[in-house]
Amino acid sequence: MVQPLPARLPETPSQTAGPYVHIGLIPHQAGFKIFETSFSNVLAGPDAQGERILVEGRVFDGANEPVRDVLIEVWQADAAGRYAHPADPRHASADPALCGWGRTGSDFETGLYRFETVKPGSVVGRHGRPMAPHLNLWIVARGINIGLQTRLYFADETQANAADPVLNLIEQASRRETLLARRETRDGTTVYVFDIHLQGDAETVFFDV
Amino acid sequence: MAEHREFLQRDRRVHPPAFTPEYKTSVLRAPRRALLSLQNSLSEVTGPTFGHDAIGPLDNDLILNYAQDGQPIGERIIVTGRVCDEHGRGVPHTLVEFWQANAGGRYRHRNDRYLAPIDPNFGGCGRTLTDADGHYVFRTIKPGPYPWRNNLNSWRPAHIHFSVFGSGFAQRLITQMYFEGDPLIWRDPMVLGIPDRAAAERLIAPLDLDAAIPLDMLAYRFDIVLRGRQSTVFENKLQGN
Ligand SMILES: [Fe+3]
Repeated sequence: MVQPLPARLPETPSQTAGPYVHIGLIPHQAGFKIFETSFSNVLAGPDAQGERILVEGRVFDGANEPVRDVLIEVWQADAAGRYAHPADPRHASADPALCGWGRTGSDFETGLYRFETVKPGSVVGRHGRPMAPHLNLWIVARGINIGLQTRLYFADETQANAADPVLNLIEQASRRETLLARRETRDGTTVYVFDIHLQGDAETVFFDV
Repeated sequence: MAEHREFLQRDRRVHPPAFTPEYKTSVLRAPRRALLSLQNSLSEVTGPTFGHDAIGPLDNDLILNYAQDGQPIGERIIVTGRVCDEHGRGVPHTLVEFWQANAGGRYRHRNDRYLAPIDPNFGGCGRTLTDADGHYVFRTIKPGPYPWRNNLNSWRPAHIHFSVFGSGFAQRLITQMYFEGDPLIWRDPMVLGIPDRAAAERLIAPLDLDAAIPLDMLAYRFDIVLRGRQSTVFENKLQGN
């Protein structure tokens, strides 16, 4: 016999967010107003530091149809690569005009999702190795049994992406491209387009974090 | 320092796999490739925090938070519980959000077409922050079961949806709470999608008569366990030095 280890409680099982996730998390999209303050897809206030960007795209299912009832959350660092959370040693100086977190639902007709934010800076990674600028995404919907975690990287950050420790974990170089958002300029606004594929040849890389 | 450590690897056996064909919608929405395992960095151990200014005084009272000219119809209940991590430590001041159908099984949602009526006094959603020990509480109306298009005669057991944050984005969790004694639970493909029966049972909230308010409302207890963090920081520094 050996000494027993302290018991570990098992994590609560995940269940799908279902088709009516909007009621709880973004009630205005369900069609009513209830809370005084609601969470939104606008992360950056007018005074936020850094390049203002729109992020938009669609989530596709295995039949290549847009998923029109998906909910996406984004968590990101500020333009200098600081997270507004006490685990980040630089959090005290994080940009107060950037929320760092936002959520939105895809449009019920078009499937388009959109965030208004600023481009994050490079974040210090493990062992001091810098990570290329990225957004952390969490995706839930009807038919998704456990939330999917992925990252959005910026296609124009060629050098930083080539050195990124997470992108380099992906064995097949072609699959790395599923995490790259394409840069466009539309009426003077920078738009990064990021489509997510749940299944199929273009299946997005999802992480077990 | 506790909130700076990496998370323990998620035990996927307690969760439904992505592909559960008895739940038909999962068939085209399940990733089919292996997930890429990632050692935690700051991007995973950090996450949003919420203050009391984000929450209104009635946000955790579904009996009153959408009442127009009266109270909602149905069985008045209290739901209490504690959010803790795998080591049993309470998760303080974290955001818990919940949403549900009304007593007749109808959602206040533009896409819900079920013939049961909307309750004019019931919104069906709420939110609260856990206290310093991880406890939460809210008042609501017990939701009804409802039919859904899976098999022809599929009915969801009565349930309340929960969303929980924790202290790092890798703890993010959405789940559902079921009610003790509901005969629909073990016919439900979402419950049955959990491979481990004991894990599925942990989604069933027992009646908690001690928390009931005599002559007013019954109570159910629903505890939530989020991922724990590694117990040591040695050899696992997230930062250089
Ligand atoms: Fe539901």
